[in-house]
Amino acid sequence: MSPQVHNLQELRRSASLATKVFIQRDYSDGTICQFQTKFPPELDSRIERQLFEETVKTLNGFYAEAEKIGGSSYLEGCLACATAYFIFLCMETHYEKVLKKISRYIQEQNEKIFAPRGLLLTDPVERGMRVIEISIYEDRCSSGSSSGGGGGAGAR
Amino acid sequence: MKDCEYSQISTHSSSPMESPHKKKKIAARRKWEVFPGRNKFFCNGRIMMARQTGVFYLTLVLILVTSGLFFAFDCPYLAVKITPAIPAVAGILFFFVMGTLLRTSFSDPGVLPRATPDEAADLERQIDIANGTSSGGYRPPPRTKEVIINGQTVKLKYCFTCKIFRPPRASHCSLCDNCVERFDHHCPWVGNCVGKRNYRFFYMFILSLSFLTVFIFAFVLTHVILRSQQTGFLNALKDSPASVLEAVVCFFSVWSIVGLSGFHTYLISSNQTTNEDIKGSWSNKRGKENYNPYSYGNIFTNCCVALCGPISPSLIDRRGYIQPDTPQPAAPSNSITMYGATQSQSDMCDQDQCIQSTKFVLQAAATPLLQSEPSLTSDELHLPGKPGLGTPCASLTLGPPTPPASMPNLAEAALADMMPRKDEHMGHQFLTPDEAPSPPRLLAAGSPLAHSRTMHVLGLASQDSLHEDSVRGLVKLSSV
Repeated sequence: MSPQVHNLQELRRSASLATKVFIQRDYSDGTICQFQTKFPPELDSRIERQLFEETVKTLNGFYAEAEKIGGSSYLEGCLACATAYFIFLCMETHYEKVLKKISRYIQEQNEKIFAPRGLLLTDPVERGMRVIEISIYEDRCSSGSSSGGGGGAGAR
Repeated sequence: MKDCEYSQISTHSSSPMESPHKKKKIAARRKWEVFPGRNKFFCNGRIMMARQTGVFYLTLVLILVTSGLFFAFDCPYLAVKITPAIPAVAGILFFFVMGTLLRTSFSDPGVLPRATPDEAADLERQIDIANGTSSGGYRPPPRTKEVIINGQTVKLKYCFTCKIFRPPRASHCSLCDNCVERFDHHCPWVGNCVGKRNYRFFYMFILSLSFLTVFIFAFVLTHVILRSQQTGFLNALKDSPASVLEAVVCFFSVWSIVGLSGFHTYLISSNQTTNEDIKGSWSNKRGKENYNPYSYGNIFTNCCVALCGPISPSLIDRRGYIQPDTPQPAAPSNSITMYGATQSQSDMCDQDQCIQSTKFVLQAAATPLLQSEPSLTSDELHLPGKPGLGTPCASLTLGPPTPPASMPNLAEAALADMMPRKDEHMGHQFLTPDEAPSPPRLLAAGSPLAHSRTMHVLGLASQDSLHEDSVRGLVKLSSV
């Protein structure tokens, strides 16, 4: 059975990083920010395929929303141009607002879904929007954890 | 799925959005201070420019002086004689020109941050797998990836400096030593690269500058003509000598600036970059095979998207604080340090980093011996997603501890060699300190340094390919 809920600080120390998986970008639609939904084999034993795909698809949806070209983005662009772009000194762009939403979503996903499975998502914005970095952790308390070997082999 | 015995991991991520104001033991440094590219930063990271800014100052001087002279000498006469709208319009144009120029010059053009060591290692692994076993030469064949975008095959190139596969339309600027998204060109006149994030500012700048130049030129001529009707041509010139200077500057500028505006208008309407146009990547004729996959089909949409589309935020987080445990991006090609050292770093710093990196090598060397120890406490392992300082190095090591017998001597010699040097020409790829191999004999010497930072490496590296790399790296090391 899973251990009781410990103090987060203590638990943080007792987990050790085994490996990292990188979800690359999917450029088939052009230069807009989308990530591949292909399920990495290293996560096979850690998380259900569906949960993972749902997370990535939601993220893709957010990014699509951020980069959406439509009435409101044109309005924002024209307004900014009319003020010689000085308006950006006071106003937050639509993209930045969506990025904040994404950040909150990732935090939430980590807390609810990934951390209980010994995984951690890193916000792509911290990696230059190139990859979704998923850190796979070992629980050092559990002796002879079989995923130690799995984590290493999973790197292949 | 096995029943989870994983400990709950703290999910309080210190993202750039919510930068923590934790007290650090050492004075917190901002990320721009260790930025690996060749850029200059001002105002504590708010302003970012290329290294060579001389021509930018020239641009600034030309615009300011010409406009200043116009306002001082021509406007009073014209405002009275014709209409006060002239200085008003000139004022608006001038304001717009300066605003867009500064915006173009000072903003981040869309620089892609370099890959973290983990990312770089992962990519290397994948490339090696894709290439089969490595060829054994110093440099494997150029790495490319093919992607199909809107039916068109596009090759993504691997950037050896930044250790990433460049996204489509990105290019590496050799002057700034950065990969820039949707790279257009490096403009010395604005002292910065022109890329995805500042292309519209650049376009607005040259457009408004063309209007301003034409405007000033026209009204300077009007002024001189009106005056010469009263007092004769030569007297008119004598009365307002500034007009001559303005006319000359404007005359020469008009051709280049208006021409450039026209060219960029064409580029925008066909959704191409200067880079692509020069290389002739896409053909405009219909029915041809290499059509532009990024174009939206009609001129209007292309223009709207380029000028009024959403602006993506800067990816390099210049003003964020460096987390002491954050894996720093891949080392620049001509330095062995883990942290990109800008030239403004003090000599002390360089030496420090040189020593640091040597320590990493030794730590890496120590790993195999310490494999039998239980994995370390994570006192240095700060989550999330930002593992301990030792880890980036560790995670990239290390093959099995069976290098050939001759290696330790070579490595020893090479390492000793490394120490006093500050800037190392190690060659582009493969040799980062973390890829140096693990000569067992060195361990004895290096162990005090090594123990503190090991390694949950266990089972981390894909052993064979990295071993190959490390052997290659060692050979390179010894040849330096």
